[in-house]
Amino acid sequence: MSSTVAHPNGPKVRTLESVVIRFAGDSGDGMQVTGDRFTAESAVFGNDLATLPNFPAEIRAPAGTLSGVSVFQVQIAAYDILTPGDEPNVLVAMNPAALATNVADLAKGGTLIVNSDAFDERALEKAGYETNPLADGSLAGFRVYEIPMTSLTLKACESSRAKPRDAERSKNFFALGIISWLYNRPVDSTLEWIAARYGAKPLVVEANTLAFRAGYNFGETAELFDSAYEVPPSELGPGLYTNISGNTALAWGLLAAAQLSGLRLFLGAYPITPASELLHELAKQKHFGTVTFQAEDEIAGAGAALGASFGGSLGVTTTSGPGIDLMAETIGLAVSLELPLVIVDVQRGGPSTGLPTKTEQSDLLLAMHGRHGEAPVPIVAARTPGHCFAAAIEAARIALKYRTPVFLLSDGYLANGSEPWRVPDLADLPAIDVGFATTPNHVDADGQPSFWPYARDPATLARDWAVPGTAGLEHRVGGIEKADGSGNVSYDPDNHERMVQLRAAKVAGIAADIPPVELDDPDGAELLVLGWGSTYGAAAAAVKRVRARGLRVAQAHLVHINPFPANLGEVLGRFRRVLIPENNLGQLAGLVRARYLVDATALSAMRGTPFRIAEIERATVEHLEAM
Amino acid sequence: MRAVERARTATTISAAGTTRKDWTSDQEVRWCPGCGDYSILAALQFLLPELGARRENTVFVSGIGCAARFPYYMNTYGMHSIHGRAPAIATGLALSRPDLDVWVISGDGDALSIGGNHLIHALRRNVNFTILMFNNEIYGLTKGQFSPTSEVGKVTKSSPFGSLDTPFNPLSVALGAEASFVARTHDLDRPHMMEIFRRAYEHEGSAFVEIYQNCNVFNDGAFEKVNAKDARAEMLIPLEHGKPIRFGAELEHGVVLRPDGTLEIADVAAVGEDALLVHDERRENPGLAFLLARLARGPYEPTPIGVFRAVDRPHYGALLDAQIAEVARRKGPGDLAALLRSGTTWTVG
Repeated sequence: MSSTVAHPNGPKVRTLESVVIRFAGDSGDGMQVTGDRFTAESAVFGNDLATLPNFPAEIRAPAGTLSGVSVFQVQIAAYDILTPGDEPNVLVAMNPAALATNVADLAKGGTLIVNSDAFDERALEKAGYETNPLADGSLAGFRVYEIPMTSLTLKACESSRAKPRDAERSKNFFALGIISWLYNRPVDSTLEWIAARYGAKPLVVEANTLAFRAGYNFGETAELFDSAYEVPPSELGPGLYTNISGNTALAWGLLAAAQLSGLRLFLGAYPITPASELLHELAKQKHFGTVTFQAEDEIAGAGAALGASFGGSLGVTTTSGPGIDLMAETIGLAVSLELPLVIVDVQRGGPSTGLPTKTEQSDLLLAMHGRHGEAPVPIVAARTPGHCFAAAIEAARIALKYRTPVFLLSDGYLANGSEPWRVPDLADLPAIDVGFATTPNHVDADGQPSFWPYARDPATLARDWAVPGTAGLEHRVGGIEKADGSGNVSYDPDNHERMVQLRAAKVAGIAADIPPVELDDPDGAELLVLGWGSTYGAAAAAVKRVRARGLRVAQAHLVHINPFPANLGEVLGRFRRVLIPENNLGQLAGLVRARYLVDATALSAMRGTPFRIAEIERATVEHLEAM
Repeated sequence: MRAVERARTATTISAAGTTRKDWTSDQEVRWCPGCGDYSILAALQFLLPELGARRENTVFVSGIGCAARFPYYMNTYGMHSIHGRAPAIATGLALSRPDLDVWVISGDGDALSIGGNHLIHALRRNVNFTILMFNNEIYGLTKGQFSPTSEVGKVTKSSPFGSLDTPFNPLSVALGAEASFVARTHDLDRPHMMEIFRRAYEHEGSAFVEIYQNCNVFNDGAFEKVNAKDARAEMLIPLEHGKPIRFGAELEHGVVLRPDGTLEIADVAAVGEDALLVHDERRENPGLAFLLARLARGPYEPTPIGVFRAVDRPHYGALLDAQIAEVARRKGPGDLAALLRSGTTWTVG
């Protein structure tokens, strides 16, 4: 996988196809910034990449403790990669707690770079070490580089006017400098970024710049490392790229959906991890005419969005699982009113408060069934950070076309993870035709034209939607059962049966309006790995590895979960077994078994982190062996 | 809440010359015979033509409860939503459609119990809509349990030995929530209701109106001590802006502010006319309005009605629109293509 070539930066440079680097430190050590910058450098360099931030829920966990460790993992590659990587090849540990919580993941023979200044007795004790791991031989399986980053940073900043206490805070940039040298990253973008980001504080700019340069130069001159590495640019398809996180992509997708439909975007939301960035991002975009309404709670967030939909806006609410719990009644009302509403659930570990900053896929059945009565809601699930953009547009398209609430499922991994994303040409995106009713659609018994709010398009079963302000089409809607057609209050038993069936048929009929599930089965396999949401990357990579072993396995991935793609039953029927990796106890597996009577088995994982490729690979091989 | 701009849609129905009939829907009204809701409905159906309001620009949003059936009976746009959430839903509508006249119809349970949170937040934001709260001090639709405005000791199906709950004073709640318009009226006086509703409609921002409403099935006569025809003169204290607060058949009673900062009812003859408190609904400080709201401990003591507070404060929608316009002025209109390229980008051949 690697080759040695001459390189201007040092005596030896090895070329790697990919590398996984993990930065770990205390919450206050700036690991997320460090990881972000390394990612940005790699993106500019042209690598494919995928990132996985992982940080504690506490804003300022006690310093130096195991619970306060903040982590950022990034995989950079010369080829198209699908995940942030299973195990890091390089671990940067800024203190003993960071080492203790992360070293078990480091690949055998991997590179371990530690800030040796931080390994004093007190810090070791806080991390639960009885002996110093740097001295007791426990790290013998790794290539360990002990670098006194704190003191070197202080030394580098001696020429600056920054106080030592402040200069010490720049040590993450020293670490970034070392790694940037080690992987031959371009440095100008980081220097420019430091100047822009901390421009208001010249002393901070100075200290960070000095520390970064010192770290870079240290790598080059200290001769600790036997070689530097290069990960050549990836051959992504042609186009303009940017590195994007799932939350940013989703927010931009909502803006795009508003533009494509010609409607105003109205976001009603209450802050909640890990969905708050959606509110933050859209709050910045007021000049698009976007309304972001920070409500008193999630009930009001969803309610205000629904009220805005009633008025003809694209109503959206963004939250995580606990917020969905609160919104259940409002979503049921939207089902009954048959009004569009996009409900974004950035899933996190549950139940209850659960793991606020960790990822999970355990809200699928909540989205599917979490309302009283027969209240079907379409579900769209994003599969990668960049895909959140398209998924948001698709959720809005279904909501507007079918006059229905739609769940858009993301999760903590997609929300905070990032990848290179080809910036679409807006002209290529199809318009969303809302088709408001503007004229009467019915003639009363006395011959007068009137408006029936529950008259339907025979093809889509979507009801006619007239917005307030349209003269002559005044009407009332409500949560009480409505008479088919007229929309008047009706307690008629046969009418209720008909309306329940109509609402269900409308949602089921969306299957004719979504792409068939794509089956990747080059060898005629008997086992299908079926994924949904953020398992996409790990599942696809695992399938590649299994095939590389000469085994036959097929793969398919669901973006639409309610309704399922029209061909899903036929596809599933071709396989003896279906393996479904999901970060829950088997929610999709249950839906698939119930609907299609197929032998679907879940591969469950609920550790707050996404699947590792190796986990799915192992499970797939085990299933193949058992068949 | 007169809308700022109304010219969104070309209309086929002239605003001028509507009558009560135009505002009446074809749905059969299904409140219990004798319910106070009928007179409130009539008052609005008579008032809206007078106001020159347009049916297509008028929206009634309600929650759950007897009062919440109101939108079905108005020939306008309307939404009968879910319990307690009408202020939240109406907030989204009012913010996104400033051209509409939005009315929230609620009851004491809907507004103050399940929906209390949304009510206070809508009031503090000063969302541009009118909230009519039908207060009958009982749960009607669930067939007679005590409500958050029922008196202590109330015997109902859910409190057979008497309710232990201290009730809310709805006007105190509204004033405490920074409401810019707070008023009270009652269902037996159509002209008074129409006047108060008109004032509420014309107020820019959240207008909160408590309507004493008789539930003749589960709480009959709850307000008769103050609003029965022969009791009104002695028991209702009409508030009029800029005038001394006095009442009684001969206006022989008045309200005075005592040195200890409390209000008391006094004989005008004894204290003199100059000692009477002059009502000032525009007073920035809500303290006096709060005292007036609490002058009666319940609808069995002389009770002020009318507009307690009506102050000018920018409404949320106006502030929102101004902010959007200001940001657009500063940053230029939103350019999605530019936004998608706003991060670091690179080109692959």
